[in-house]
Amino acid sequence: MLQLKKLALTAIAGLFVANSVAAAELTVYTAVEAEDLKRYAEEFNKAHPDIKINWVRDSTGIITAKLLAEKNNPQADVIWGLAATSLLLMKSEGMLEPYAPKGVENLDKKFIDKSTPPTWTGMDAWVASVCFNTVEAEKLGLKAPKTWKDLTKPEYKGHVIMPNPNSSGTGFLDVSSWLQMFGEEGGWQYMDALHENIARYTHSGSKPCKLAAAGEIPIGVSFAFRGAKSKADGAPLEIIVPEEGVGWDMEATAIVAGTDNLDAAKTLVDWSITKEANEMYNTGYAVVAYPGVAKPVKFFPDNLLEKMIDNDFEFAANNRKAILEEWQKRYDSKSEAKS
Amino acid sequence: MSVTTPDSLPNERPVKLKLGRDDLMMRGFILVIALYLIITLAFPLYAMLSKAFSTFQFDLSQIEFQVSDESGKFDGTILSAAALNEQLNAIPEDEMATSSDGRLSLTPLFPDFSFRSPVLYKIRGTTEDVVYLIGSDRVSGTDWREVDSNTFRRIVLRPVQSFGLSNFTTYFSTPSLFRSIENSLFISIVSTIVTVSLAFAFAYALSRSCMRLKGVFRLIAMAPILVPSLLPGIALVYLFGIQGMLKEGMMGESIYGPYGIVLGSIFFTFPHAFIIITTALAISDARLYEAAVSLRASPWKTFWTVTIPGARYGLISAAFVVFNLVITDFGLPKVIGGQYNMLAVDIYKQVIGQQNFEMGAVVSVVLLMPAFIAFAVDRQVQKKQVALLSARSVVFEPNPDRKFDRICFTYCSLVAIFIVGILGVCQFAALIKFWPYDLSLSLKNYNFDVMDGGGWEAYGNSIKLGLLTAFFGTIVVFIGAYMVDKTRSFRAGRGLFQFLAMLPMAIPGMVLGLAYIFFFNDPNNPLNAIYGTMAILVIVTITHFYTVSHLTAVTALKQMDGEFESVASSLKQPFYKLFTRVTVPVCMPAILDIAIYLFVNAMTTVSAVVFLYSTDTALASIAVLNMDDAGDVAPAAAMGMMIFYTNAAARIIHLAVSKGILKRTQAWRLR
Repeated sequence: MLQLKKLALTAIAGLFVANSVAAAELTVYTAVEAEDLKRYAEEFNKAHPDIKINWVRDSTGIITAKLLAEKNNPQADVIWGLAATSLLLMKSEGMLEPYAPKGVENLDKKFIDKSTPPTWTGMDAWVASVCFNTVEAEKLGLKAPKTWKDLTKPEYKGHVIMPNPNSSGTGFLDVSSWLQMFGEEGGWQYMDALHENIARYTHSGSKPCKLAAAGEIPIGVSFAFRGAKSKADGAPLEIIVPEEGVGWDMEATAIVAGTDNLDAAKTLVDWSITKEANEMYNTGYAVVAYPGVAKPVKFFPDNLLEKMIDNDFEFAANNRKAILEEWQKRYDSKSEAKS
Repeated sequence: MSVTTPDSLPNERPVKLKLGRDDLMMRGFILVIALYLIITLAFPLYAMLSKAFSTFQFDLSQIEFQVSDESGKFDGTILSAAALNEQLNAIPEDEMATSSDGRLSLTPLFPDFSFRSPVLYKIRGTTEDVVYLIGSDRVSGTDWREVDSNTFRRIVLRPVQSFGLSNFTTYFSTPSLFRSIENSLFISIVSTIVTVSLAFAFAYALSRSCMRLKGVFRLIAMAPILVPSLLPGIALVYLFGIQGMLKEGMMGESIYGPYGIVLGSIFFTFPHAFIIITTALAISDARLYEAAVSLRASPWKTFWTVTIPGARYGLISAAFVVFNLVITDFGLPKVIGGQYNMLAVDIYKQVIGQQNFEMGAVVSVVLLMPAFIAFAVDRQVQKKQVALLSARSVVFEPNPDRKFDRICFTYCSLVAIFIVGILGVCQFAALIKFWPYDLSLSLKNYNFDVMDGGGWEAYGNSIKLGLLTAFFGTIVVFIGAYMVDKTRSFRAGRGLFQFLAMLPMAIPGMVLGLAYIFFFNDPNNPLNAIYGTMAILVIVTITHFYTVSHLTAVTALKQMDGEFESVASSLKQPFYKLFTRVTVPVCMPAILDIAIYLFVNAMTTVSAVVFLYSTDTALASIAVLNMDDAGDVAPAAAMGMMIFYTNAAARIIHLAVSKGILKRTQAWRLR
């Protein structure tokens, strides 16, 4: 009997010890690639072993939908690694807790929310690019396009594929960048011409590049990160950065308003903008928020940083609905883009 | 003793018995399971319907301004935004209706507005709950805010929520959305006609010829039921895509679009049509054929006057089942639909792509319509079905006919090649390193853990979901069916239950899934805790596949005479003893059938669970979808084939177990 009691006591004590190791648990929503998540948590726990991260990961669209659906009953403590355009939506719903992380002044201004205190901080940029399959292009006698405008040439008819902005964040950043670069009217004119050449619109942003890599369609409008990965896998790809400039979005971090673990959430966000964290982001992304950290990433085009447009996120967020409606009216009602 | 004729079967026992403890308990059970269906089916649907009518509108009467002169001085005049708009008509009425994400710029209310001008503006809401954005900052309340012109152009008004029909008006005035209805109907009708014809010919060949390998053909025809509906889409891309193995076969047409959807639909609906038509053909009466021969009717005439009328109810049933499956399927058009919009994909695009839950609910309501109509018509037809097989019928036995048998064999071989080919292509694609550039074999595509979709864990989750669904689903369904079938009187309760049990058949999985978000993710719902867990996936899957399981159970129970209950009660045995000692063992084959049906469907379903899974509960079928979506087509094929093998293995185990159990529990059937 006595022994049993002792056993129970040790067990209870054991529970307490175990608990004190992970003092706080954070539910973190993210759209970061699955293969990177484990590494992110490990690096963070090196500095803060007392905070345990429970990831909830999905693609950008689904995580955004999930967060908005849970608006009145948030499940997340922190959002770490979601498109800034999505975070702006949450911000306008009052779902984010304004907080200036320690050392935020070290970051590139482009990567910080303009409010004071900021509601989100950027991690890395996610830049549009064109994936070009050299083997298939040679078979078809296609030259590599140099500019966005090149893609509207008749020779590329049916050989270009891009994501549907209505379902893909990458698709939307392309459309919003064209509208910003070529102006409202010029942007739509450009897309009218491009539409003639598009084989079809995909649901996801990485699929055009994967399809280009597989030779299904030789030219895929996608993003640089995906192109570099496919190239590393052995696909005969050239990653083209169109000369006019390229749209981009960033992965960003924010605290969800109303979290029970505000202190732990702040600790995580503080760490997420440190130099170490940015070095960690750099393994996959060529452009990160902390100036001077980024080392070139294999297979990434060199001129990417200078070609990034001065993206107006507020414009993109506030006009998103109108742009998508217009897009849908113009291009989605055609049953099938004939190739 | 009353004499019963087939036309006037008594609905109730002639003598009304006093309610005993058993009856009360059974009624209690009915109510509990009915309550389960109300919570998991009726309430979520209601939540979804109310979402479809929840509209968002800009309300200009909520906003007031003050405008300064060039030097920045205000004279205190307060302008109402609504009044300004009435004067200028700057923002037309139809732009006031919007979605939950709507934003309205206010500068059109000031025709001479320029962002360079030195004029200052003050803005405030008239009530506390007005929300507008300055840039992306959310502002609410009735305090005046002063901004310069350049900031003023960054101010946008947010909508207020109300109830009405404006979502439907928006839907029907958006051509691209409206077109989906046409597309969905067109694809479903074409697929239905083709599938039912093919399946009929196949079933006809199997039941009316003496060809060889009938068993093999039957097995192959059932195979598509074991894979997710999007798998044929992936195979078709490998076959007829631009880098496809047989791309010349498309003769310049694109497989992405109607061709692909119809071909894939034929593949995945074939077994459903085949089962129903086989049953219909099996009950033909040889005497009718003898009569036809003695009347010197040509085989052609016999076919149209004997075979087809005998099978017509089966054909109609099969047509409706196929139609419903195609119009509500979402995986296949998503994979191979290209720009061809279909209703089920629209729901996904609205909810996942644009976070427009209200419009998703509207499309769901639209999608419910055809499914509901098809369902209602089918029910009517079923009622008309009378017993063709009377005690005096003679079972039709085909006679060998070399020419006819050879034709049948060739036809069945072609269909079998199509089915096996689709599966084979997927397996082949899964083992190729990098199609079409590196054709060496590798297992690289099975390294699911480095891809989107949840990895091997998702596969484990799927098996878990399958087992849990099979276990709990079978218990709920069978007990429910037993109570409904064997309870005496209590018509209202039984009627309600019967209706609830038939309803899931008419509800597309997508719609059910969306309804579950609205219902279970409501913070005021005490069941909120199950949101994001395995439990909600199990519940939604059981509900989604409730009807067929219920019908299977009822059919088995109907075979048992009500006398059992009478004997048990005269021996003073409580019903649960009878239930466990007699009913369950006798119905064991049906119970196992329900379990395997639920397991297989839980493994392959995409539509109902796509909105409900969370990171910890990612599923293999969803992983197929997500990997394909991300462009990892070969791994998607690999995962799809894993589902196939798992289901095939489950079927084999089911067969073995059934055999063993049949030996023990069904010995009484043999004399």
